[in-house]
Amino acid sequence: MYEFTYHRASGLRQATNLLGKHEEAKLIAGGQSLLPMMKFRLASPSDLVDLNKIEGLNGIELTSRALVIGALARHAEVHVSPEVQQGIPALAALAGLIGDPAVRHRGTLGGSLANNDPTADYPAAALALGATIVTTKRKIPADEFFAGLFETVLEADEIITKVSFPLPKKAAYQKFRNPASRYAIVGVFVAKRPSEVRVAVTGAGASGAFRVPEFEAALQKRFSPKALDGLSVPAEGLASDIHASAEYRAHLVGVMARRAVAAANG
Amino acid sequence: MPAVSMTVNGKAVRAEVDSRTLLVQFLRETLRLTGTHVGCDTSQCGACVVHVDGVAVKSCAMLAVQAEGAEVLTIEGVATGEALHPMQEAFRQNHGLQCGYCTPGMIMTALDIVRRKGHELDDQTIREELEGNLCRCTGYHNIVKSIAAGARAMASGDPALKAAE
Repeated sequence: MYEFTYHRASGLRQATNLLGKHEEAKLIAGGQSLLPMMKFRLASPSDLVDLNKIEGLNGIELTSRALVIGALARHAEVHVSPEVQQGIPALAALAGLIGDPAVRHRGTLGGSLANNDPTADYPAAALALGATIVTTKRKIPADEFFAGLFETVLEADEIITKVSFPLPKKAAYQKFRNPASRYAIVGVFVAKRPSEVRVAVTGAGASGAFRVPEFEAALQKRFSPKALDGLSVPAEGLASDIHASAEYRAHLVGVMARRAVAAANG
Repeated sequence: MPAVSMTVNGKAVRAEVDSRTLLVQFLRETLRLTGTHVGCDTSQCGACVVHVDGVAVKSCAMLAVQAEGAEVLTIEGVATGEALHPMQEAFRQNHGLQCGYCTPGMIMTALDIVRRKGHELDDQTIREELEGNLCRCTGYHNIVKSIAAGARAMASGDPALKAAE
């Protein structure tokens, strides 16, 4: 790991100022992705601005319309939260599939979204549920938030504060995990919302999570695994690596989507 | 260099550290508490698991400066004097180790499982919960047995294990 200057931010304003002052600064929350990347020297920030001591960023609130989760909420907290289990049980289940128990005690919702790892779980949930990412500057719809591999539309001095997930009628997430890294080889989040059906895929895309409009249209007509009969996603443009070929991932998208619909129907 | 203060195994400690110092390095190299191991250094293996403010974390994936003000518990702080903790004793009784390298992390994770899941643990639960702890001797069978026995012993105040001593 290269040298950096460590700053423990006590508030969002201070953190924002530090980001503005140091061009090569990065935010650290759980650090479960960033610290490993710094060890490999794939990331070498000049300054680390630690958000962990900032108050009020880890609440979880369930209203009649939405589940609002603070950016600093740990995966372990989301997994066992009664509010999440009541409001969007699929999201609680998803949080329990991230990494391992010790990683889940540190990793955060905001960190996962900001990192936008193409095999991370939360991006699929945010897209499928039509989440809104609330930052220190604005509210960003999930559809506009992700901008390619490890990229988002967040500005250099912009900090996620919370994420609002509108309550779906039904939802489920199915994940085919790499047994070693526990990242998704393919994960599919399906949400039946009051106005539409959304299907979002993580792990498979060469440039991050994506939606599958063809699946969505079919499920909109009939929310059943059978509605996907004969439908598939093309392998072209999907990720291909030592873990799985693009063809295999394309196949898994169909399998996981069908399973997710079946699970959502309970 | 930034200063960091924390409580480790009930004792207040303070030191100046390079910002890059990982919590595991701080524990092993600054405090000389070498019971916490480094297996992979890539947050896969769990040999470095310690408790920070009551929850299990991988101390190779946390900076020492991030533990400012925290209560840290390592394997050295688990026993009471000469008497092993019931979970440690269960590993001894059930031969829950081969080379022993992963054992401190296994025990710290086991204590965290008991905290979250209680004292009656089935094999399936234990195996799922151990997904972040690797044993390269592949000795999982006895580790699972040890954790189930240790969890029960913690509930019962450990009479069976005491009798066996």
